[in-house]
Amino acid sequence: MNNNNGYLKTFINGLINENPTFVLFLGMCPTLAVTTGVINGVGMGLSTMAVLVCSNVVISLLRKFIPDKIRIASFIVIIAGFVTIVQMLLNAYVPALSSSLGIYIPLIVVNCIILGRAEAFASKNSIGRSALDGLGMGLGFTCALVIIAAVREILGAGTFAGIQLFGSGFQPVSIMILPPGAFLTLGILLAVINIISGRIKNKRNNSEKEGI
Amino acid sequence: MVADLLIIAIGAILINNFVLVQFLGICPFLGVSKKVDTSVGMGFAVIFVMACASIITWCVQYYLLVPFNLEYLQTIAFILVIAVLVQFVEMFLKKSIPSLYSALGVYLPLITTNCAVLGVAIQNITKFGGMEMSFLRSLVYGVSAGIGFTIAIVLFAGVRERLESSDVPEFLKGMPITLVTAALLSIAFLGFSGLSF
Repeated sequence: MNNNNGYLKTFINGLINENPTFVLFLGMCPTLAVTTGVINGVGMGLSTMAVLVCSNVVISLLRKFIPDKIRIASFIVIIAGFVTIVQMLLNAYVPALSSSLGIYIPLIVVNCIILGRAEAFASKNSIGRSALDGLGMGLGFTCALVIIAAVREILGAGTFAGIQLFGSGFQPVSIMILPPGAFLTLGILLAVINIISGRIKNKRNNSEKEGI
Repeated sequence: MVADLLIIAIGAILINNFVLVQFLGICPFLGVSKKVDTSVGMGFAVIFVMACASIITWCVQYYLLVPFNLEYLQTIAFILVIAVLVQFVEMFLKKSIPSLYSALGVYLPLITTNCAVLGVAIQNITKFGGMEMSFLRSLVYGVSAGIGFTIAIVLFAGVRERLESSDVPEFLKGMPITLVTAALLSIAFLGFSGLSF
């Protein structure tokens, strides 16, 4: 499937079919930790995407030179280099975001999505395709973070990206922005996705039967 | 001084539990928690790696990076130290406890990308600034963070073993019900936040 009709498919693949958060369950730590607000979610998603695209490109460039035995270590060093760059940039230009994301920025290094894509995709594919894969995966991750963060922020604080949504009569469900809310939101969102994808599958099966 | 260390330990184990409150090390928490035995093994592997990582990264920071003004290389240096350390633990387990080695399977090399280990290393530096006493504190913090991880994962594995045999609605099967369970466990740990000193 990845051979000819591909660039768009590679991109869409990361966004929907193999969405890192909702389908592959990769990179759970930042997903649960920083989604207390939409702004944090976007910041984390975009930082991860930047690291993912850069590291995918570099690893794809070097894929013929890295010896097989030490490839994981080499990947990690490359990724850590880009994370350090992102960390410094955030610190210089958006200090407020940098301090609210805190320890989770250096922890992008150990985000399984990045190492996973390096191992499964970038080390086997061309540069352009790897960049697109990084872009798709990164965007899929960002979307997932924004969705989770939106649910948590709206229910837990009554705001969206800091803007007040409801009148003073609204009682925020403050557990949603506390740690348990993260597990709960993701669990319920996954259940909803299960229901929807089950329905789609049923419909497809039925229409196939009718077609025959 | 002892009281100080005790507060750090209780804080890391219960109040700011690494998994359930700080969300560090979620991947092994969700991945290796199907059986109590393997989760205990994983927990001890993590305690050991965290203790070693705390000691070594502290030394790297204060005897290598700070004297040469290389603090900006912190992330790269730490992750390399941890990767090497995990490799050693893996070799050791393979030789001496092969049954545990095969039970942990793919998750052992994954300790490298366990954010809890790198997290503890970085927090040691940012939390206990300066060199005075901080070595001991770092070690205590590392060990108790590992214990906190072990407690969380073992409790969770116990719940999941029960969950195997219970009747769960189709759309909740697998990950969703696991996460909802984790949420309940996290609520329980939230109760410890009343223990403020």
